[in-house]
Amino acid sequence: MAKSTSEELDLIRSSVRSLCEKFPESYWRETDENKAYPEEFIQALTDEGWLSVLIPEEYGGAGLGMVEAGAILEEINRSGGNAGAGHAQMYTMGAILRHGSENQKQRYLPKIASGELRLQAFGITEPTAGSDTTSIETTAELKGDRYIVNGQKIWTSRAEYSDLMLLLARTTPKDQVKKKTDGLSLFILDMQDQKDNITIRPIDTMINHATTEVFFENVEIPVENLVGVEGKGFKQVLSGMNAERILISSESIGDGLYFVDKSVQYANEREVFNRPIGQNQGVQFPIAESYMDIEAAKLMRNKAAEMFDEGENCGAEANMAKYLASEATWKAANAAMTTYGGYGFATEYNIERKFREARLFIVAPITNNLVVSYVGQHVLGLPRSF
Amino acid sequence: MNIYVLMKRTFDTEEKIVIEDGRIDEEGAEFIINPYDEYAIEEAIQLRDEHGGEITVVTIGGEDAEKQLRTALAMGADKSVLINVEDDVEESDQFTTVKILEAFFEDKEYDMILAGNVAIDQASGQIGPRLAESLDIPCVTTITNLEVDGDKAKIERDVEGDVEKIEVSTPVLVTCQQGLNEPRYPSLPGIMKAKKKPLEELELDDLDLDEDDVEPKTKTIDVFLPPEKEAGKILEGEIDDQVNELVGLLRNEAKVI
Ligand SMILES: Cc1cc2nc3c(=O)[nH]c(=O)nc-3n(C[C@H](O)[C@H](O)[C@H](O)COP(=O)(O)OP(=O)(O)OC[C@H]3O[C@@H](n4cnc5c(N)ncnc54)[C@H](O)[C@@H]3O)c2cc1C
Ligand SMILES: Cc1cc2nc3c(=O)[nH]c(=O)nc-3n(C[C@H](O)[C@H](O)[C@H](O)COP(=O)(O)OP(=O)(O)OC[C@H]3O[C@@H](n4cnc5c(N)ncnc54)[C@H](O)[C@@H]3O)c2cc1C
Repeated sequence: MAKSTSEELDLIRSSVRSLCEKFPESYWRETDENKAYPEEFIQALTDEGWLSVLIPEEYGGAGLGMVEAGAILEEINRSGGNAGAGHAQMYTMGAILRHGSENQKQRYLPKIASGELRLQAFGITEPTAGSDTTSIETTAELKGDRYIVNGQKIWTSRAEYSDLMLLLARTTPKDQVKKKTDGLSLFILDMQDQKDNITIRPIDTMINHATTEVFFENVEIPVENLVGVEGKGFKQVLSGMNAERILISSESIGDGLYFVDKSVQYANEREVFNRPIGQNQGVQFPIAESYMDIEAAKLMRNKAAEMFDEGENCGAEANMAKYLASEATWKAANAAMTTYGGYGFATEYNIERKFREARLFIVAPITNNLVVSYVGQHVLGLPRSF
Repeated sequence: MNIYVLMKRTFDTEEKIVIEDGRIDEEGAEFIINPYDEYAIEEAIQLRDEHGGEITVVTIGGEDAEKQLRTALAMGADKSVLINVEDDVEESDQFTTVKILEAFFEDKEYDMILAGNVAIDQASGQIGPRLAESLDIPCVTTITNLEVDGDKAKIERDVEGDVEKIEVSTPVLVTCQQGLNEPRYPSLPGIMKAKKKPLEELELDDLDLDEDDVEPKTKTIDVFLPPEKEAGKILEGEIDDQVNELVGLLRNEAKVI
């Protein structure tokens, strides 16, 4: 994997900022209002190679790591945009890259790199299992040379804007495995090919995230689309989850810095009682406090990203970065709301939109409660609560 | 086509500038590619893509200018040259710059040299024309359109808001003006390719020049910031009275009429 010098990283950041200038906040306000997929933005990101940053050069990508990918997503969200519409195209392919066969890599990675194929739907969460991933009930049964999939996923984002889905399903019932994490398998599902057996229902949410419910009825997946080893899917998704958490914390940091940038500007300009409101410590302190928290979270994000790129196990750091970033940013979001007073509620000012968007990262891709319990039980060795 | 671009690293005049001991404080300043040189780089890329050939971006400066050269390479230039004068040149002016460039171009073959119309820091606008003069090639300044056909170039230039159309033979040196094009920013593949493109470093010695040869012909006496802008004044009352008051202020206070 190639590494960037700090100058190259600066150039990456400034180029992404230039691209984002072409998609001002009015663009994001409109796509949000119309619940529209930001197709033009995603196309521009794809055309200029930003979404294939993590794909090795031999498969048509840039062959860079989490440090660079994080910088790209951070800049998008800091500009007022919402990287969520495209972030999964960056990292979902990681499962193929790390666990797939050479044939799968040849078949999919170059097309994902060029944008010809979108692999940006990741079906894990189910309505009854929720955070308890090993309790998922979607099954994949081997019949001849194909797996037959039946079941249901929920919160599968971008399913309508993706050609392929990375799917986690049970191949051995939970009561027949030694460890509950066994018996789950990972698949590449060609949704175009199987569209007659798949039903996708959009879920209306408080943000523009193109998230859906997906129903599978005798969906067929050829055996050559099993990723890695049957029954080891849970373990295989874990390294991908670390990547996802590092990237989500980067987006969250971008949001946080957006709130700080905006708050500082507004607090300097807005005058009531014959002085800029930023002169009042009631306004100034929350901004400064959240800024410190964001800067600290950034250090943890950087540490996790560097460890990931070195091939070290960064489970603890990636989870802590996601927690610290989302909490710090939520603080900054509220500081921005306070600073903007009544205007924070007006859609024209964009703060309320970003406020809604920033809240997601406390819940997804994993809730902060689950991060805390992970740190308590797996990092610190406290008694297990579940 | 053999294309050369002259590029300068300048501080960003949109950022706050601090002057200390008659010099601009480099510590806090932000550095960029001179914006007019970005038009030159973009135009060079478009020319190369249309007619084939190679683009070399040349800058005079110190190590720090490598960053701007890498950016130009990431935009799409093929090669870059840093003439590093950090250790040799204490004081410089337009004479210094042109003298060095003249020596650099002595053994080069070129069809087109593009430069910015002016550098936003010192804003002399002299380098392009003076270099063309010493290389004995035609020069067209402040261009807003360029078409090359064989060894002819059709050029439109901005003359105080009007357009002048010119036809010249190549090799030619042009200086680029706003409106010529929309400079691109680097894409990710562009940044990756730039890692492998050559960045050659030269010193005065390599150009057979001594410090004495490039000693400036001018002396800077003082460097200062323009006076801070004061709050405006809004005149009130009947229009006739306002006009009278305005004329009075212009005559007595501003002393401009
Ligand atoms: C907009 C959006 C997009 C999403 N996109 C995707 C996607 O693309 N793919 C996908 O697979 N999933 C996606 N998700 C799902 C997301 O990962 C889940 O919502 C999340 O993991 C939580 O699961 P749940 O909603 O079922 O909450 P539950 O598991 O029901 O949890 C509810 C609450 O209880 C808490 N809780 C549960 N168990 C414990 C415990 N043992 N100790 C302490 N607290 C506990 C949780 O922390 C949470 O606060 C998305 C969600 C949203 C909102
Ligand atoms: C949905 C909605 C409905 C409304 N309905 C009505 C209505 O029906 N009628 C009506 O008249 N108004 C209405 N308002 C206006 C509301 O009362 C004002 O938004 C509120 O008083 C704050 O004023 P502002 O928005 O101008 O904020 P600003 O006065 O600009 O204040 C911005 C921030 O600076 C802080 N601040 C300002 N000065 C100081 C100080 N000296 N010390 C510490 N902190 C300070 C404020 O607490 C706030 O956090 C409504 C607002 C909303 C959002």
